[in-house]
Amino acid sequence: MRLEASSLACVRGGREVFSGLGFALSGGEALLVTGRNGSGKSSLLRILAGLIRLAGGELALADGDPDKTIPEQTHYLGHQDALKPSLTVAENLAFWASYLGGAEPPEPALAAVGLAALADLPAGYLSAGQRRRLSIARLVAVPRPLWLLDEPTSALDREAQDALKGLMQRHLSGGGLIVAAAHGPIGLEPAKELRLGEAA
Amino acid sequence: MALIDLANPTRFLRLAHRALPWLFEITAAVFAVGLYLAYAAPDDYQQGATVKIMFIHVPSAWLGMFGWGLMSVAALGTLVWRHPLADVAAKAAAPIGAAFTFLCLVTGSLWGRPMWGTYWVWDARLTSVLILFLMYLGVIALWRTVEDPSRAARAAAILTLVGAINLPIIKFSVDWWNTLHQPASVIKLGGPSIYPTILIPLLVMALAFTLLFITLHVAAMGNEILRRRVRSLMLVQAQAAPGSSE
Amino acid sequence: MSSLLALFIRDVRLAMRVGGGGGIGVLFFLIVTALMPFAIGPDLALLGRIGPAILWLGALLASLLTLDRLFAVDHEDGSLDLMLMGETPLELAVAAKAAAHWITTGLPLVIATPLLGLFMNLGGQASGAVALTLLAGTPALTFIGLIGAALSVALRRGGLLLAVLVLPLTVPVLIFGVAASNAAIVGPLPFGTPFTILCALTLVSLVVGIFAAAAALRQGME
Repeated sequence: MRLEASSLACVRGGREVFSGLGFALSGGEALLVTGRNGSGKSSLLRILAGLIRLAGGELALADGDPDKTIPEQTHYLGHQDALKPSLTVAENLAFWASYLGGAEPPEPALAAVGLAALADLPAGYLSAGQRRRLSIARLVAVPRPLWLLDEPTSALDREAQDALKGLMQRHLSGGGLIVAAAHGPIGLEPAKELRLGEAA
Repeated sequence: MALIDLANPTRFLRLAHRALPWLFEITAAVFAVGLYLAYAAPDDYQQGATVKIMFIHVPSAWLGMFGWGLMSVAALGTLVWRHPLADVAAKAAAPIGAAFTFLCLVTGSLWGRPMWGTYWVWDARLTSVLILFLMYLGVIALWRTVEDPSRAARAAAILTLVGAINLPIIKFSVDWWNTLHQPASVIKLGGPSIYPTILIPLLVMALAFTLLFITLHVAAMGNEILRRRVRSLMLVQAQAAPGSSE
Repeated sequence: MSSLLALFIRDVRLAMRVGGGGGIGVLFFLIVTALMPFAIGPDLALLGRIGPAILWLGALLASLLTLDRLFAVDHEDGSLDLMLMGETPLELAVAAKAAAHWITTGLPLVIATPLLGLFMNLGGQASGAVALTLLAGTPALTFIGLIGAALSVALRRGGLLLAVLVLPLTVPVLIFGVAASNAAIVGPLPFGTPFTILCALTLVSLVVGIFAAAAALRQGME
């Protein structure tokens, strides 16, 4: 499986954020996208997720599922956590697992992020770090080849960052692809790096 | 034991636990007496036995208004004196007061059908009681929408105090406006104008209803305190779990 | 299909847990209906004649005003992003959310109608007729209002502007709903004629509403 991007261009609010962007990523590889604030890291991820229209260029996922679009084979972990405060932790995860097409029960995913003990608490009682973990559990509960992570380690403590690193490594060794936006390394060495905001 | 001791939720729970069986028994006893007296009371020469709906309708009207009055005092307790149990008392009283008001509307409607030929008429007394019922529902909706009880308490307290203006309007509506509803005959200057054979059962039933309100209210307050305990325990559990320090 | 069921159940659960289910919609319906006699006066005969119209207006406002935040909440917490990335077509997801909204808001309105008919001095048969027309017509209101809810996410603007845009679209439903109710009460038109047109309007709005709302949401995702 290969993610191939060529001449990607992005326009937000009339302003051209980037253009002529290209990269190729194979199964088992990770791409770390760095750059100043405003350089377009989040926009790039959202373009890959199909949430923002491409202003130019081409994107293709070779050897993927031919019946599915790229977003349908992608997990997107953005700044928002997509959790409903009045539903319990387990109910939130079970909903996304079910909606995104996962076939297995979500309990092992909760255990993988260390939230098994809080399964029956309302999600509104969770701290920011715990909510982040719950969002990460979503990625584990439903298998999809491409992971798009926007600053995944923010709000996570040391222990959770290590757990995330383990989950990412497991995903990569299973042939998955990861594109992560961050301000610095997030434990994915060796990874290709794409620096935004600098002249070609 | 001073009244101030009731301010402590744990002590209140203990007292309530001990008092509730007594309260239930006394309420049941007074109801038994009241219902017997109501049954034994003579029929009205015009309305026949239908007049006996009054023994349920009038006390429930009084208790519906009493409920809002209680909530208003509790609202002052929340806003002015910061009494710890004030908002618990207010929240617990709302559904009970709403139920009595609803009972008043229903019994009044059933009574009105044979008397006036209609289930409902838009006169001042009925309309202001309907408004009271709608305000009860509004306050209950407010309590349910805001997850944090102490934040909901202030908003509910303000709403309750503003709504208290409706109480004198209900009471005096039959005097101020020309209405279909019967004018005041019990609580007015110059004393009640009903014959004792009807008045005594009415007052006994009113006492029974009041005891019922108090009993239900004490039980509801106990439940609310326990509910808040559960919520605190869940918050603590979330905070004690890993990853909660951010 | 189980993903749609999961979405439907989630939305119903959310509606039940926050603010007590369709209670707030019914309460609004009650208050708006009770407001009318204050303005019109307590003339019972008059109220009985315009009762169906008052009930229909109350139900319309209650339906549309509660739809305002249908998509906005999901947009704000990032759920809409994920829904766009699901294997389920957005049109079906929108339909599932609309169905959940109708069950928790529209259906309680229909159930509350006989009680409110009492306040409007409508007899049993009249109240039943109005309730039946509302049963057929409130889904139409939900699906038309869906367009406004989707536009309010796309335009990042809510409130009265959207109500102004969507209310004219609901006029046919209102006309035939009240016509059917009056036909059942006073005649001379048979009940069936306006009622079947009402049902047709509901079916059309089902399709148009879903596709228009999904298109509006996709447009607004930038």
